Amino acid sequence: MSSATEGAEPLVSVEDVHTYYGKSHILHGVSLAVGVGEVVGLLGRNGVGKSTTLKTIMGLVQPRSGAVLFAGKRVTGLPPHKLARMGIGYVPEDRRIFRLLTVSENLRTGLDRHGVTEERRKILLDKVFTYFPVLAERRGQAGGTLSGGEQQMLAIARAMMLEPRVILLDEPTEGLMPRMVAQIRTIIDVLHSERISILLVEQNVPLTLEASQRVYILEKGCVRHHCAASAIDVNDPLIKQYLGV
Amino acid sequence: MASIGQFLHSIPVDLLIIQTINGIVTGMILALVASGLTLIFGIMDVVNFAHGELFMLGAYMGVVAFAMTGNFWLALALAALIIGIFGAALQIVTLRPLIGRSPLNTILATFGISLVLQNYALWQFGPVARKMAEPISAEFTLFYLQYPWYRIVIALLSGAIISALWLFLKFNRYGVWIRATTQDRVMAQAMGIPVPLVYTGVFGLGAAMAAVSGVLFAPFGGVDSSMGLQWVLEAFIVVVVGGMGNLGGSIVAAIFISLLEAYAAVWLDPSQAVIASFVVLILTLLFRPTGLFAAPK
Amino acid sequence: MTSAPLDKGLPLKRSRLSHTATYWLVFGAVLALLVAAPLVLPVFWSGFLTEILIWGLLAMSSDLLIGYTGIVSFGHSAFFGLGMYGAAAALLLVSPPNLWLAIVFGLVGAAGAALCVAYFSTRIRDIYFAIATLIFAQIFYVIIFTWTSVTGGENGLIFDQPHFAIPFIVNVPFHTATMHWFVLAVVTASYLTLRRITQSPFGMVLQSIRENEARTRAIGYPVERYKIVSVMISGLFAGLAGALYAIQKEFAAPDFVYFLTSGETVIYNLIGGVGTLVGPIVGAGFFQLLRQFMAQWFGDQFPYLIPLGLVFIAMIIFLPQGLLGFARRWLNK
Repeated sequence: MSSATEGAEPLVSVEDVHTYYGKSHILHGVSLAVGVGEVVGLLGRNGVGKSTTLKTIMGLVQPRSGAVLFAGKRVTGLPPHKLARMGIGYVPEDRRIFRLLTVSENLRTGLDRHGVTEERRKILLDKVFTYFPVLAERRGQAGGTLSGGEQQMLAIARAMMLEPRVILLDEPTEGLMPRMVAQIRTIIDVLHSERISILLVEQNVPLTLEASQRVYILEKGCVRHHCAASAIDVNDPLIKQYLGV
Repeated sequence: MASIGQFLHSIPVDLLIIQTINGIVTGMILALVASGLTLIFGIMDVVNFAHGELFMLGAYMGVVAFAMTGNFWLALALAALIIGIFGAALQIVTLRPLIGRSPLNTILATFGISLVLQNYALWQFGPVARKMAEPISAEFTLFYLQYPWYRIVIALLSGAIISALWLFLKFNRYGVWIRATTQDRVMAQAMGIPVPLVYTGVFGLGAAMAAVSGVLFAPFGGVDSSMGLQWVLEAFIVVVVGGMGNLGGSIVAAIFISLLEAYAAVWLDPSQAVIASFVVLILTLLFRPTGLFAAPK
Repeated sequence: MTSAPLDKGLPLKRSRLSHTATYWLVFGAVLALLVAAPLVLPVFWSGFLTEILIWGLLAMSSDLLIGYTGIVSFGHSAFFGLGMYGAAAALLLVSPPNLWLAIVFGLVGAAGAALCVAYFSTRIRDIYFAIATLIFAQIFYVIIFTWTSVTGGENGLIFDQPHFAIPFIVNVPFHTATMHWFVLAVVTASYLTLRRITQSPFGMVLQSIRENEARTRAIGYPVERYKIVSVMISGLFAGLAGALYAIQKEFAAPDFVYFLTSGETVIYNLIGGVGTLVGPIVGAGFFQLLRQFMAQWFGDQFPYLIPLGLVFIAMIIFLPQGLLGFARRWLNK
């Protein structure tokens, strides 16, 4: 199966992970892999454990058993800030902008790392300001005053400040206007062209199938199906079975 | 009408002016104590009962270091450094294991710490209050009083420290870390901010600020092992009235509360004057539980 | 909610019966030991045990809030102190001093304080409640400490011990053993009452507030009213402990209204195990015994609160259930 990944060895791999919230068993042995530079979609109905999978990779919840590997190294149990510094960017479902921090300060949280020179900071900032000019306009404004779409852009831009090798993208188009959705779609392609891997959780099936190379379908905390994105389309019976109402 | 006139006439204007200055001076020290407390609460939901004890230990450290070095300002710096490190260590040993548990657990733990520290100080330094000479002995005439310049210097110095704290939080990288963690600790971690370290640092910073306030207060109040409780109570009041976790609100509230007590002391016994601030606290909790001076969220 | 006991009742009937039997057996054995104690113990230790029972009653009253309603009071010194000064008032004003009047006055004093605290503090939650109760207690402390003409200020009040009197039946002075039995009777009755309260539908609502306040409110219970009543009940029992203490020790002092009494009450609870009612009594005993031994070994001036505070901190970190926490379910069945 892993032959579907582009590189020889996956950048992120999740191996038979079981995660609990208190007593409720959320992930029942999820395994998946994301190759270097690959965009992988994670589909499924609400509450099947997609967000929990991302949180488990990010170290925000600890799996009770199973392992998370990043660049070939076992990272299970490492605190999230170490994972972030290793190159995992996280864009959560509710965006979680630092509301009282300005746009610049929000971006700064990802730049104040060891080894980021002034030049590098400028390059990284210029890059996101080119992709998201609206953020440049609003750089002195508090994050909480931005619109939903602008906050989503800021969340992605903020993750990009970490110069991540993979970005975990949780429902980036949720509740956005079509124009914004298109912009998010574009940025995914840009990231892909820079060979940044993406693990994309989405309700928007057509967008996911278009943007990803491979998809996993989750149901009740298990991976039910896994295939190349080009192998299925929106009307596939699989989609109906696992995602239909 | 006549009685109102009499009442107005009976207000001792000179005394009120003196009390205004006194109130602002203690208010600035209280603001320094309370900003550490509110910073700690804002970032880790810890109501630090031991904050008054850090103030008290800071004052003792100041007395001891002053006796050794003979230099007040050096003693001040040493006390801040030592108590800051001590506070950080305290956080690592007692509060770090409690992260993720109910805030009531941490208030109880800090209460235990406060008991231990207070009794340690009593045991180590004895029940007799220690005195400390004012580093600046100049005075100026205020009505019938010779008012020490030192108190004015304290107020200015406290103001300077609070401004420095504000600048640090606003512009420094670690200040931004602190603000980001205060707002969303999970996301802060996901952005690579070492949140456990930030907690420890903030606790140490708060402890150092409490120690500085303790040393500044020592020359005109004397130092004894029970002074902590009184200060922490006042600081609690300030923090609640100013809006929990709200730095600006705390500073305004500290001055407000201190002025109120200073004025109340014109008519009441000073030990009863604290009731005025207790009443303010209760009214705040009842009618504006988010704080009188809280900025709208 | 009402159907829950029925669902469980039938299949568990046998084990329940045996649980009830063992429970009362253990209860009877402990009670018998406590009754026999003054016959065996030297006078000092017998009096000491009486004192422990009184602190236990205070701790138990606070457990109703900490362990069942889920709110921590740092203001129990006010209830205890008002009970103490209430009893003092009765003993000083009425001649000859009357035991029952002292208790009634103590309860009235505590009820007054509890009403104040309950009415204002229950509108706020968690740590705010804890801070508000602390502040209230300090208000009472400042009043008692500074109102010298009435309360004796710093020096407190001294008075004579009332006789143990039931009209037309007995009227004898207390001695160490009878005082112990009297206190034991009051504390036992209080325990059984509190246990009954925690197991009643009212107590179930309190526990549901502890588990999930928002949900309890959503189901339609007036949470604030339940909290007020629980603070009132708790305050009354704390006041009872204060009155007993005044009667046993023949004095009332502002030290007992000071915040430290509240703090120690919370410590008794955490050491013994919250939500068990008897745990806090055990905690009070453990604390007072350790304190006494340390005073004997290292002298009166030994700062006993240093080691006890360290034990307390360690227990919060490593054993948050307390000494009797393991028996919580068994004790509450």
